[in-house]
Amino acid sequence: MRTWFPYPLLSVGLLLIWLLLNQSVATGTIVMGTILSVALGWVTLKLNPTRSHPRRILRTLRFSASVILDVVRSNIAVMLVILRVGRRAPNSGFLTVDLDLEDENALALLACIMTATPGTAWLEYDRRRKSLLFHVLDMENEDVWLQTVKRYEAGLKEMFG
Amino acid sequence: MSHLTDLPTWAAIVVCGLVLLGSAIALIGSLGLLRLPDFYTRLHAPTLATSGGVILICTASIVCFAVLQSRWVFHEVLIIVFVIMTTPVTLMLLGQAALYRDRVEERRGVPLKQKPLPEPADE
Repeated sequence: MRTWFPYPLLSVGLLLIWLLLNQSVATGTIVMGTILSVALGWVTLKLNPTRSHPRRILRTLRFSASVILDVVRSNIAVMLVILRVGRRAPNSGFLTVDLDLEDENALALLACIMTATPGTAWLEYDRRRKSLLFHVLDMENEDVWLQTVKRYEAGLKEMFG
Repeated sequence: MSHLTDLPTWAAIVVCGLVLLGSAIALIGSLGLLRLPDFYTRLHAPTLATSGGVILICTASIVCFAVLQSRWVFHEVLIIVFVIMTTPVTLMLLGQAALYRDRVEERRGVPLKQKPLPEPADE
């Protein structure tokens, strides 16, 4: 099984993307997609990326729901800051937080989440110290931001174990 | 595109709302680039367009073509996924470049680089 599908999740994902792009579930498309996803799985083997084993799909769903809520909320917050910037200068600043994530893929996902939520920008991650420097647009309350990052970290840790 | 008039009224209202809201968010994001005072705060403005803007406009596209062709259309989801996956790369590059410049110029209010820990022996 492992020789055919070195990265099962990647292969399934590629097949799904192929079906979406072709917008069909005809037999021919599925066969072509399967061939491509298996072949690309082998190619990826050469690149030797870090393996991680995401688990607990239900928890993942709940986590993504909370992230989507955060994205909506921070979109509105950042819009308000931009519209009011003439009257009130944004109270922005840098924050440092110590992370306890080992998994590289989890870190990449955290970067995606923090960039997708406007208002936080990932700046620098120190691999040895495991500390992350990020910039916050509207620092009303430092602790709230630190807690948010810690919450993401806990969620990702649960997912990647 | 000439079939857009076939869109039923309720769908047209939904699609219009989503497109207008999405483009308004993108516009505010671009305004932010213009109005925010320094580089690091400006870094936040375009993420409005890449999160809220892209999601709303792609949702509008999904609804529009799903109703027009009366079948499920999902491939716009790929646009959202790829945009969200790739923006951190650019933003991190820009942020790190700015941080590096400000540290070299010893500008005030920029966190200093921490002294690197010694290399572990096995590396």
